[in-house]
Amino acid sequence: MSPASSFITDSFALAGQLTWLPEIRANIPQIKLDARTNILLGTVLVLLFAAYIVGRVLKRQPESTANPAVVRTFNLRVRAWWMMFSILIAGFVMGYSVTLVLFGVISFWALREFITMTPTRRGDHRALFWTFFLFTPLQYLLVGLGKEFYAIYTVMIPVYASLIIPARIAFSGDPKRFLERTAKIQAGLLICVYSLSHAPAILSLDLTDSSKNPWDLSAAATNNAGTLADEMPPTEPAISAAPPLPVVKVAKEPGSNAGLLFYFILLVQLNDVFQYGWGILLGKHVIAPQINASRTWEGLIGGCLCTMLVGTLLFWATPFEVWEAACISLIVAIMGSAGGITMSAIKRDRGVRDYGTLVQGHAGVLDRIDSLCFAAPVFFHITRFFFTQWS
Amino acid sequence: MLSGATVRWHEIQPDPCQRIYFANHTSHLDALVLWSSLPRPVREVTRPVAAKDYWSKDPVRRYISSCFNAMLIDREEIKVHQSPVDVMIREIGLKYSLIVFPEGTRNRDEEMQEFKSGLYYLSKKRPDLELVPVYIDNLNRVLPRGEFLPVPLLSCITFGPPMWLEPKESKVEFLKRAREAVRRLKEV
Repeated sequence: MSPASSFITDSFALAGQLTWLPEIRANIPQIKLDARTNILLGTVLVLLFAAYIVGRVLKRQPESTANPAVVRTFNLRVRAWWMMFSILIAGFVMGYSVTLVLFGVISFWALREFITMTPTRRGDHRALFWTFFLFTPLQYLLVGLGKEFYAIYTVMIPVYASLIIPARIAFSGDPKRFLERTAKIQAGLLICVYSLSHAPAILSLDLTDSSKNPWDLSAAATNNAGTLADEMPPTEPAISAAPPLPVVKVAKEPGSNAGLLFYFILLVQLNDVFQYGWGILLGKHVIAPQINASRTWEGLIGGCLCTMLVGTLLFWATPFEVWEAACISLIVAIMGSAGGITMSAIKRDRGVRDYGTLVQGHAGVLDRIDSLCFAAPVFFHITRFFFTQWS
Repeated sequence: MLSGATVRWHEIQPDPCQRIYFANHTSHLDALVLWSSLPRPVREVTRPVAAKDYWSKDPVRRYISSCFNAMLIDREEIKVHQSPVDVMIREIGLKYSLIVFPEGTRNRDEEMQEFKSGLYYLSKKRPDLELVPVYIDNLNRVLPRGEFLPVPLLSCITFGPPMWLEPKESKVEFLKRAREAVRRLKEV
């Protein structure tokens, strides 16, 4: 047999082994929006409009009645929320893959800001190239392949990237401040890419309630229909028309993963606002003046309690019971605050005020998602551990 | 796009009048990014000066340099009345602006090298041209010397207030002042 023909037969054999590909495709979750998610989205939309109008009105006020710096911050925030909201909705409408790509782009931008701020040396160049163009897309690709790849996408960056990056830097032969440089790149990758990718990963879970009764509408629908054809987000009538679930007792009416992801992002963003608000209203005891002069214990506690309250009140949009929602939203709030203060510390170390002012005119993506990055893995793991069926 | 460059005009406005933009040189992308950071009407009358021996080596480089309307200057063969400065002045006529890198070659470390004298002779022969200092920040990290794969970091380009050759100013003084003008933009 000639080498060419053996190559061809080998290729066919390999192609034969690739029959598992469609199976993976079938595992790629679909996004369905249920009625309650739509209500949640609608409410937030109305609130955003209200915030936008308030911002507009405040902008026109004379300086004596409204502090222009606060108004400016507020308007910037509102604009960032519009962006976030539109990105999420666009993702939800266009499907799981698009949502992942959008989150991937946000990670890429955030990492870019992080590395720009961090001094690196010539010898890091190749390692940085792999960080941006291999590890970042690969992480989102693995998350995109669905929950079956959980074991890989949760270790790819913390284990493999963390080993490959220092090795690559060592090969380029510059020992100066080696450990420090390595750690900076690893930290950037871990916070901006790895942590954030856990947020869209929520979409791939087969959610149940805490007694392991299926809750996830899309998984149930996909399993029953068995096709990938219908990607239309069903509206209210589809709920009543949804096929009966093959379970004896459904403790909670099924909802959608997209709703849960939205619930999570909403909580983290609200937490930021509450912290800021309480800090302005009552703030006296600054937590760490050298790190951030505006973060106070009053803001932290008030913010976390308010977030907990809202998270509890919104329990109907999630697979959680009331008390579960309260605990989880408290944890999300604490992690979000931790993220904010950690990123402040990194900024202070580098002597920049906002990632946005790093290079003028760029909106600081990292400023907006820092708390999200810290809360995402915790929320994902709690949800996966207690609220999915796993063996 | 790739370099995510921010453009700042400090005490100067973009204008299609004849100018010489002179900048620090740290990366192959310098000329490209500086040129694309100009507004379209200005860009149309601005030509980066580039080394002929490098940029006409193969068709890809020739194509790239033609995209930017680059003026390729021979670094090796310098004849009488054919010095690079003469060629530049002849080529720009009364229409074009130039982008030059007076350090002559890309510097290896952070600190800028001494400026070469071309800028002085240019402004001596054409004292009417506005000399605009430009500081390019962070591009050396996007694509350092000797690398061909870029890393998409954010960079920043700052245009500074124009300067001219003062009467009776010596070559050394002028070049020092020009270099200082670029360096100062780092802080603004």
